[in-house]
Amino acid sequence: MSDLETLRHALPMVGAEPSILDDTGIAHVVAQGHHILSRRTVPGLRVELEETPDALIGQLIVEAGITIAQPIHMCFGLTHPTGVQQITIDVQLQEGAQARVLSHCLFPVAQAAQHRMQAVMTIGPGASLTYTEGHYHGLHGGMQVLPHATITVGKGARYFSDFSLLSGSVGHLDIDYRVDVEEDGLAELNAKILAHKTDRITLKEAVVLRGERARSLIRSRVVLEDEARAEITGITEAHAAGARGHVDCMEVVQGRAQASAIPIVKVCHPGAKVTHEAAIGSVDKQALETLMARGLSPEQAVELIVSGILR
Amino acid sequence: MPTPLLDIRGLTCEVAHHRILDRLDLTVQAGEIHALLGANGSGKTTLAYLLMGCDGYQASAGQVLFQGADLLALPMHERARLGLTLAWQEPARFEGITVREYVSLGNRRQDPEPALERVGLDPERYLTRRVDKGLSGGERHRIELASVLSMKPTLAILDEPAAGIDMLSITHIVDVIRTLKETGGSVLLITHQEEVALTADRASQLCAGRIVFSGSPRDTVDHFRGRSCVRCDGEVCGYVRP
Repeated sequence: MSDLETLRHALPMVGAEPSILDDTGIAHVVAQGHHILSRRTVPGLRVELEETPDALIGQLIVEAGITIAQPIHMCFGLTHPTGVQQITIDVQLQEGAQARVLSHCLFPVAQAAQHRMQAVMTIGPGASLTYTEGHYHGLHGGMQVLPHATITVGKGARYFSDFSLLSGSVGHLDIDYRVDVEEDGLAELNAKILAHKTDRITLKEAVVLRGERARSLIRSRVVLEDEARAEITGITEAHAAGARGHVDCMEVVQGRAQASAIPIVKVCHPGAKVTHEAAIGSVDKQALETLMARGLSPEQAVELIVSGILR
Repeated sequence: MPTPLLDIRGLTCEVAHHRILDRLDLTVQAGEIHALLGANGSGKTTLAYLLMGCDGYQASAGQVLFQGADLLALPMHERARLGLTLAWQEPARFEGITVREYVSLGNRRQDPEPALERVGLDPERYLTRRVDKGLSGGERHRIELASVLSMKPTLAILDEPAAGIDMLSITHIVDVIRTLKETGGSVLLITHQEEVALTADRASQLCAGRIVFSGSPRDTVDHFRGRSCVRCDGEVCGYVRP
């Protein structure tokens, strides 16, 4: 099977249909390691990527005032048990542009491999970007994934991100996102992760509300089983009048897993407000008993509660 | 007398070294709505939790037969599979789980819409909503009752089913209780509300962990209101003879 076919076959692991790569109305990039296997663009979208021995380097630009109707699919992965993939990308949504990016990160047979993403995203004034990132790291637990991004949300712009890793092993995951939000801008960051065995997670998301009436929500849901470990840091700083931020972190711990949550809140203006909530623990006892009182076994009840949390 | 559906004999339960149920005897017949009245702290909710098998509630003495089976020997989900269920006084919330899924939990073949309509909720507006903190306490209560109704239990223990429900909607709750009976079930109804208690066929008053009066719902409500507690003389339940 070719590398392209291998990645196509893995797409359903992150909830994507392989046929999207055949649709001429949908833009996509598929890359194995540092090689581009397939690409297509649509009017108003420029994707410029350069293959180098050490990285894929490039930019994705949505031109001013353009709305890309269909999601842009970016499919990155490694089709071999070992290897390194480094992506360095500059994403720009120019003034008033709108786009949805579905980023599929697929490492179906990884045993000792690494994926690094270094992204700079600029969402121009009045623009909107929805960035949905689905990961599948295979079953071996030997994947090291380090997505790091710096995002600027311009005046009146909107940025929504949704990271999910819900099947297979996590391996070692180190997410580090920083978002600066300007006047009337909005940033929403969601992360959902299910970890088992010896998986290790470091999730750091920081939002700086620089402009007046800037708003943000950091929401993370992490379920840990076996010997998995997670450290979740949600940082929100508010620097201007009317800025509003909220951090909402929930971690469910089962078996011998361990979790920590570090919400950091900083308010530098009397007219700003930031709130946070963090809950770490086992599955809620009353919720569990309610389901068992309807006839679900303890195992079925835990499975349903966990699947609900990760939706 | 026919064999009771639920037969409780000498049931005693201590929680945190404090005796909550004290040699309690109670029967519920098949097809009966049995109301349980009592002051706060009299042991009503402890009885409900113990019957359902909730964690932390174990009998130190006594026996409970449900349809002839030794209920106390069974884990919670097996009690439910025998047809026993509980609607909590303060129902739990579930992130991500829809009302449709929740109401169908105990009976996946049952269409959840009629049960929602019975409790006065429009299925179109509620089926896709999540059973989470976006619902008010009253809405959550009604969804809990719809879930019980959909399960078609043999015996439903309803702990304060009308708590947090607005006055105009109490008729829906009363309707649910009657429907449970009409569909062949029985109800052990824990309530403080007279209007709800009077839907029962029989009622009992609990004081300091023991049944002190049983009779018609009217007589039991009057007995409870008449400050005529003969068991504790008001020291525990606060109701004293004038």
